[in-house]
Amino acid sequence: MAFETPAAVELRGLTKRFGSVIANDGVNLRIQPGTIHGVIGENGAGKSTAMKMLYGIFPPDAGEIIVNSKTCVWESPADAIAAGIGMVHQHFMLAGPYTALDNILLGAEPVRCGVIERKKARTRLEALARQYGLPVDWDSPIEELPVGVQQRVEILKLLYRDAKILILDEPTAVLTPQEANELFRNLKKLRDEGKTIILITHKLKEVMSFTDHVTVFRAGKVTGEMPTSQTNPQELANLMVGRKVVLNINVPPAHTRDELAMEVAALSLAGTVAGSRHKLSDVSFSVKRGEIVGVAGVEGNGQSELLQAILHPREPLCRTSGTVWFLGEDVTHWEARDIRDLGVAMIPEDRQREGLLLERPVSENFLLGLQRSSAFSQGGVLNSRNLLAAATQAEEEYDVRPRDLAIPAGKLSGGNQQKLIVAREFQRKPRLLIAAQPTRGVDVGAIEFIHNRIVRARDEGAGVLLVSFELEDILTLSDRILVMYEGRIAAEFARGQVSEGELGLKMAGS
Amino acid sequence: MSWDLLASTLRVSTPLIFAALGGMFSERSGVINIALEGLMLLGAFAAAVGTLVTHSPWLGSAFGMAAGVLLAAVYALFVIRLRANQIVAGTAINMLAMGLTPFICKILYDVTGSTPSIPLHERFHSVPLYLCWALVAACVLWMRYTPTGLWVSFAGEHPEALDAAGIRVNRVRWMAVLVSGALAGMGGASLSIFLSSSFSRDMTAGRGFMALAALIFGKWKPLPTALACLLFGFADAVQIRLQGVAVWGGHPIPVEFIQILPYLVTILVLAGFVGRSHPPKASGTVFEKG
Ligand SMILES: Nc1ncnc2c1ncn2[C@@H]1O[C@H](COP(=O)(O)OP(=O)(O)OP(=O)(O)O)[C@@H](O)[C@H]1O
Ligand SMILES: [Mg+2]
Repeated sequence: MAFETPAAVELRGLTKRFGSVIANDGVNLRIQPGTIHGVIGENGAGKSTAMKMLYGIFPPDAGEIIVNSKTCVWESPADAIAAGIGMVHQHFMLAGPYTALDNILLGAEPVRCGVIERKKARTRLEALARQYGLPVDWDSPIEELPVGVQQRVEILKLLYRDAKILILDEPTAVLTPQEANELFRNLKKLRDEGKTIILITHKLKEVMSFTDHVTVFRAGKVTGEMPTSQTNPQELANLMVGRKVVLNINVPPAHTRDELAMEVAALSLAGTVAGSRHKLSDVSFSVKRGEIVGVAGVEGNGQSELLQAILHPREPLCRTSGTVWFLGEDVTHWEARDIRDLGVAMIPEDRQREGLLLERPVSENFLLGLQRSSAFSQGGVLNSRNLLAAATQAEEEYDVRPRDLAIPAGKLSGGNQQKLIVAREFQRKPRLLIAAQPTRGVDVGAIEFIHNRIVRARDEGAGVLLVSFELEDILTLSDRILVMYEGRIAAEFARGQVSEGELGLKMAGS
Repeated sequence: MSWDLLASTLRVSTPLIFAALGGMFSERSGVINIALEGLMLLGAFAAAVGTLVTHSPWLGSAFGMAAGVLLAAVYALFVIRLRANQIVAGTAINMLAMGLTPFICKILYDVTGSTPSIPLHERFHSVPLYLCWALVAACVLWMRYTPTGLWVSFAGEHPEALDAAGIRVNRVRWMAVLVSGALAGMGGASLSIFLSSSFSRDMTAGRGFMALAALIFGKWKPLPTALACLLFGFADAVQIRLQGVAVWGGHPIPVEFIQILPYLVTILVLAGFVGRSHPPKASGTVFEKG
């Protein structure tokens, strides 16, 4: 073609190593101006790394970044921002105690006589917020805002800086379907105004419905690039993983036992966990062994509080009344250690805060909670040979990448952190599994894998409590579905009794 | 409370307030400043020497601040550039100051105990007292209304966010630690050329740590921190007052016991406060890109 439009962004042979890991290995990418460009790929494929280099967070080891036909060498994100690039990071870049306004202004404060002109900034932001339908309470500390609003703050940051090229790294991983739809409405609007949007996601549905082009990463390389209209989810999934992926696993009917795996009675909670608006009032339900019970609901309707009340029963501030039984025992006043010894496994909601020691090596993270088991410790001394052998095997089986037990868990990509936790928790052969957002941020291959594992645990006799914002998790896995709304259980369905649409309506409180 | 006691409280709080404000800059930016004690001590010494040489308390305190900045630069070099552990490096700086001051004193004046005394008219009489409160006000405004104030807060709370916003985190931390050195130096100066008439060995006597305690008590905010300093200053003033006073049976309490008072107050206050005051999230961590 003689008159090809110049690309908004072009990456040529971008390469980045972290120690022995090659995160990006000669990445080539062309992004047309005024399009939404999807970037997909397995966990650890190097998507975030490539985008962080484009945004100037760290320099590439080799390769070129070309923005609007100019070769660029960034000293720091300041240069990328000046060139009109903005990025919403996979883990939000917001400081909890400071106001939404200050978080947005940071680094781009309008100043007169050395003083930040907050009033002026606010007027401009209010106009932007109206224009795009992104209402935010400017004076609230970030930590008091729900995740969906925090996301708006991140997007307003880019709009405020007048970014022309917007990078969004898994923006919908923490959003509810409703919030995600709202986000995409805005992204389309921005695209129609001529902005270029790069969207990293694991959700193939989003890629299919909202992007113009899509690029597939695998193991640090680009393995495919095509117009979205010429592909389909199955092809994308196969390209990502390098094998045939089953997008919808088949779950055989449950052989429920009569034994209860867990039961909660009249659970009420007065205080709320940061970020949510509802208390927990008088929640009772039970989970039998050999059964998966899914808790669906729009974020902030008491799911976090429910988990809090079940998992931290001794936290005096958190529960006001109610009883929790695990496997027939009243564990309301038990220590975590004794609960664990019953055969309870849990995948926590916030993997970085409650699931991992980010600074410690993968091997030690694998040991967490298993440190007293006789396989790994004898007479108070760790048996590192057994530990390393078991951890190596688990890394292999659960495909945690890179296969390196010595690197700190915090250096794993988001999805691999999740897989590490899943590996550890299934290692205990649980009789009760409490899984909160088990597929948050993991790729399609890993979702398939985790789903299969949960079903297998069920079939081996575990009771499973599954809390997820992903309707797909809920609808695929649950033998029974509970819908939470405003801190109560608003509805209950058996498998196959409810469609996605109906479930969405119930979640919205109708 | 008598006016005397109030005046004395305000006076003895002055070095604490300077040092605590200094500590605030560094800690809000994410750098724990155990070295406050050493910075103060060197500042006190340099201010005394400076005043003796120049015969001006103003120039003398400039010496004190410069010495604080210099030592703070060494500290920053270790903890920011070379990523040393902040507690260990801070302790090392304190020991360095404790050793260095008598050593230089010996070279200059051939005594290790204290510098010659500074004539009354060459000392400060009330300036540092007013200055420190003006500084409290300035800090309140600065933290709230200036971009750099915001940057310092973010450097300590969420450095990656600051970096992503295009501001160099380590540059902000360097500046904050240097300012911290200047203020701790001024705190030391107000000890040697305002409250006393000379520098004497180890004269800070834990005031740097007390300033840290005030920071915790004051939740790392300038005004509450200054008020916490006043509380400790009050304990100190009462302690001075009680010395030699016969309490019962006509016998005075031994001075050594009375002198414990401010430290006791510090410990009690902190013990009652632990867990309710949270330091900036990233405090004590190294900032690495990526
Ligand atoms: N700061 C770092 N230090 C060391 N290794 C790193 C660092 N950042 C990323 N890596 C490694 O580089 C590889 C690519 O990571 P990256 O975060 O780019 O993956 P990703 O495609 O975004 O994955 P995910 O979908 O899970 O977010 C991974 O193997 C990861 O462990
Ligand atoms: Mg990523």
